Amino acid sequence: MTHWIVAPIILPALVAPFIVLAARYHIGIQRVLSVAGVVALIAVAASLAWQAADGKTTLYQMGDWAAPFGIVLVADRLSTMMVLLTSVLALFVLLYAIGSGWDDRGRHFHALFQFQLMGIMGAFLTGDLFNLFVFFEVLLIASYGLMIHAGGNARLKAGVQYVLFNLIGSTLFLFALGSLYAETGTLNMADLAQRVALIGPEETVGIRVAAVLLLLVFAIKAALVPLHFWLPSSYSEAPAPVAALFAIMTKVGAYAIIRVYTMVFPPELESTAGLFDVWLLPAALVSLALGIMGVLAVKKLDRLVAFSVIGSMGMVMISISLFTPEGIAAALYYIVHSTLAGATLFLISDLVRTGRANLDLTPQPVIAGNALTAGLYFAAAIAMAGLPPFSGFLGKLLVLDAAYDSALMIWIWAIVLSSGLISIFGFARAGSILFWKAHSVETDEDRGLGVRPAALSYVAVGGLITLLAAHTIFAGQVHGYTTKMAAQLFSPEPYISQVLETPGKLSKPKEGDH
Amino acid sequence: MELLVASAIGVLTAGGIYLTLRLRTFPVILGISLLTYAVNVFLFTSGRLTVGAAPILQDGIDAYADPLPQALVLTAIVISFGMTAVVVMIGLGAFLGSDDDHVDDLPGEQSQTDESASEGTS
Repeated sequence: MTHWIVAPIILPALVAPFIVLAARYHIGIQRVLSVAGVVALIAVAASLAWQAADGKTTLYQMGDWAAPFGIVLVADRLSTMMVLLTSVLALFVLLYAIGSGWDDRGRHFHALFQFQLMGIMGAFLTGDLFNLFVFFEVLLIASYGLMIHAGGNARLKAGVQYVLFNLIGSTLFLFALGSLYAETGTLNMADLAQRVALIGPEETVGIRVAAVLLLLVFAIKAALVPLHFWLPSSYSEAPAPVAALFAIMTKVGAYAIIRVYTMVFPPELESTAGLFDVWLLPAALVSLALGIMGVLAVKKLDRLVAFSVIGSMGMVMISISLFTPEGIAAALYYIVHSTLAGATLFLISDLVRTGRANLDLTPQPVIAGNALTAGLYFAAAIAMAGLPPFSGFLGKLLVLDAAYDSALMIWIWAIVLSSGLISIFGFARAGSILFWKAHSVETDEDRGLGVRPAALSYVAVGGLITLLAAHTIFAGQVHGYTTKMAAQLFSPEPYISQVLETPGKLSKPKEGDH
Repeated sequence: MELLVASAIGVLTAGGIYLTLRLRTFPVILGISLLTYAVNVFLFTSGRLTVGAAPILQDGIDAYADPLPQALVLTAIVISFGMTAVVVMIGLGAFLGSDDDHVDDLPGEQSQTDESASEGTS
């Protein structure tokens, strides 16, 4: 039964080469295999989440080698929830890619998609920092391929920027790992937690450098200002389904911060005191403000969505940087919301593009399916802007509530509340130009209304919005669960003892054991 | 030996950062290669510098070399090599497509709001 933990990594890793080797020239077979793989992934992820729901931490030792010598995969509440979120998002994104025909505009979409899933799943499940680096690279190299899927000069150019930025990030990650290893002699997270706590207050120089470098790396992934520069170009130039899948990638950074800094550098640790309230919180506030200003300033719909993603990551990071159980619980609730809302908006921007020459925010003739697309945009935009009745509103309330005791409480409240107002303006401006002003422009008789997006595309977008609605309706239960999750994160002792005390194949039997 | 290795890492990193700050694809890729060399040596030294020490436990030996950083470096080398190959291909594609090897967005090429994106690699 414990072998199931490795299934979310193994399954896409097997499906992907099978697609390349066996179904290379048959897009139909590729689609069937890919969807079947993702559906199976959802089943596995749901059962893992179910298994972890009672607070049990499950361990998988690769090759039966005991930690910290072997690599371990760990499934607890947080990692299984992220795995489930990723697999559900992947299904809708995949349905959209098939419905809109994006997967047929270049080669190997489905294989790269599966490899990308493999990397994301591995990053969520691993209990070892070097292994986290390896899975980051797996997901990145697949994302390079997906990012330039279907080609085109603008996309290739944005792809070069994206790849170069991430290469620098990877180099920084290695520097962080090297200094961490030099200080502690281990890279297993549970082992690190024990050893970092033992370092005396006078010898913390190295470990502080390592902690800051690691935070920088994860902040690049999470697109925190001033490390967000890679995001707007690459997300808006990437094919829409790929950008929608990338909505989970910024959350990988947020996840890594939550995981590493609750366990290895807990809030009571003296050597990293001030890292969150002095540095991360202001950066997160600036991210939110800058993202929302971007929403108001941009002249293209896809960039608008990219900046709203930066803003919502700012909100997530504000909540994380409070570094209290309430803050983390609110952040986890908001992470689910922001992933779904961001992905939905990217897909909707592609629905708009289907009927228009470009995504410039200028009045252009009415697109086919105008009313339906406009309705979906309306729902997704109020979710992203954080208006009732959608989950963005509840998430924002939770963040505000968690920030009530913070020293910067006035700043947080002011920026969060005013950013909500400004983003409403931004989304309303874009929506009214795209969908309402279109009626004042004469339709070109020869062109007609353009192509109508496929029904499957609408199903995928509708499905994501239904998930957002469910996330709102069951907010009580979800937030209750994320609160339990945060409690588990802030008392990592069971996790640490589970990882370090489970014997492997060469462990000597302990005294007292039979 | 420590001084030699440390200054080698420093020089490689400095050269790498200088080249990365150029705005053309080729110097930037070279710079990133230099940075990966620097980080590989850095990882290698994170297990401390020892000469002629045994990596595997044996009876009657006190001084050991740490074998783990070497395994880490091997992984890092493979990954960075693969990534460099990928970025060379994508960069070449972008250059051949647009006849322009600037890494940043040129002013006026896109709308004004794109300025924030261009600073990322400049």
